[in-house]
Amino acid sequence: MSEKLLKLLDRQGWVLADGATGTNLFNMGLQAGDPPEFWNVDKPELIEKLYRGAVDAGSDLFLTNSFGSNASRLKLHNAQGRVRELSMAAAGIAREVADSQSRTVIVAGSMGPTGEIMGEVGTLTHEVAVEMFEEQAAALIEGGADVLWVETISAPEEMAAAAEAIRNVGASWCGTMSFDTAGRTMMGVTSADMVKFIDGLDYQPLGFGANCGTGASDLLRTVLGFVEAGAKLPIIAKGNAGIPKYVHGHIHYDGTPELMADYAVLARNCGARIIGGCCGTTPEHLVKMREVLDAQPIGETPTLEEIVAKLGDFSSANDGTGDNVAKRRETRRRGGR
Amino acid sequence: MSDDEDEIILADMPDEELVPQMHDDLYDGMAEEIKEGVNILLGRGWTPYRVLTEGLVEGMRIVGIDFRDGILFVPEVLLAANAMKAGMAILKPLLAETGAPRLGNMVIGTVKGDIHDIGKNLVTMMMEGAGFEVRDLGINNSVESYIGALNEGDIDILGMSALLTTTMPYMKVVIDTMVEQGMRDDYIVLVGGAPLNEEFGRAIGADAYCRDAAVAVETAKEFMAKKHNRMGAGA
Repeated sequence: MSEKLLKLLDRQGWVLADGATGTNLFNMGLQAGDPPEFWNVDKPELIEKLYRGAVDAGSDLFLTNSFGSNASRLKLHNAQGRVRELSMAAAGIAREVADSQSRTVIVAGSMGPTGEIMGEVGTLTHEVAVEMFEEQAAALIEGGADVLWVETISAPEEMAAAAEAIRNVGASWCGTMSFDTAGRTMMGVTSADMVKFIDGLDYQPLGFGANCGTGASDLLRTVLGFVEAGAKLPIIAKGNAGIPKYVHGHIHYDGTPELMADYAVLARNCGARIIGGCCGTTPEHLVKMREVLDAQPIGETPTLEEIVAKLGDFSSANDGTGDNVAKRRETRRRGGR
Repeated sequence: MSDDEDEIILADMPDEELVPQMHDDLYDGMAEEIKEGVNILLGRGWTPYRVLTEGLVEGMRIVGIDFRDGILFVPEVLLAANAMKAGMAILKPLLAETGAPRLGNMVIGTVKGDIHDIGKNLVTMMMEGAGFEVRDLGINNSVESYIGALNEGDIDILGMSALLTTTMPYMKVVIDTMVEQGMRDDYIVLVGGAPLNEEFGRAIGADAYCRDAAVAVETAKEFMAKKHNRMGAGA
């Protein structure tokens, strides 16, 4: 199963992933607060439409509608017993869409965070997290996913638990974190930290990278950070289409298809090999992204200034890497760090 | 410097050395040491309110600054907040007895469909630390849950949190319902969460977007001061 993605990367040099799931489902009438995963069973025709939107726009790989189909998140809707059913349905619809294409299209089984905290200050243990991820992972593979896709993670402990669960299932995987707090994840992980963390995993992913976070420019600074830190595996860039705004009763991301086309070319020039969008990225954006990625050769690595000039300002002055980073205060017990 | 840890004996420190040490201990998230410090100061005749403001709140203010500036992150702040909470557990019953001043009352909760409560819990602890009374509604709150809590009386501030782009629009549902029921202007509405921004806060009709817990405390204080000024002018 895993060879598919590697073969495609080998042949094409890069892969166009998909865009948003949640924000696109809103455009189809999903109500705020309702779990998107219920639609895998209740409105499969709309989920098929979501998937076809990405595939018809030229995506080589798309994610299943299963971001929140783990027991911890489904419990919120009193549906913790439906992990297998909803995950299998998400992957099953995706498999049919992928198999109806004449070209290779890869089904990536999306696995989002549990929403709970692990480690010293948290309540979720490693064992329980592995169990929850394993239930979801097994169902996604059984439903027809080619590869599992762990995304929007902020804590290394959580990604490690997902990796172990996926190893237990025997599937291949990719993993991305969300760098949304001053260029780091909410838990303080920098791009360089993530490279080191991935390097240290026993069960290696096929690729790793960043998704969501803040704007598209921040995400590319993170990609440059991965390269700088000596990343060996293919790098994934799935950035948001600009910044969310509330227009006429729904969320609208302000990034135009043209901006996302610039982002896609810059992402590849930065060193990313699997390129897609996240929140706010519609098929219209993807069409433009495909167009420019096909038309343009890989160019030189852009500078931070060039990224800002094309995609807009960063949300923070630095991203926690390099020398010019503020350090924690000196304290008598623990000293500086 | 960390190697002289053994030499730190809180009980031997004069007040002017103990208080900054407590700020350090909050910064380092050391709950046992904070409890010890609180008890020592109380034993020296400090009022509970003075221990709270000069010992704990000032320490958390420093934590808040470094959180805001991207120097500390959620794990460190959670540890600090836990230490603060340990100190608060000692002070709370005493504060209730002595009738310490309250800055205002807040209801807070994560919106429907959203399970994330890390940010919300931080806001709760820092608001409590700053002297607000906070009622935490937990996660997955419907319009009815928010409005029910507000109607229970004497609330100044409503805080809503969302971490997902799929749940953040629900904040607008809550605010719209408050407008329909003619109660919107009775409250200060603060919103926060990773995918939000200032413009989003304005567009849905909140009073302010707060990018983190430290900003939430500052914003709440500002709005409460304005509210008091208005009330003063009207009287």
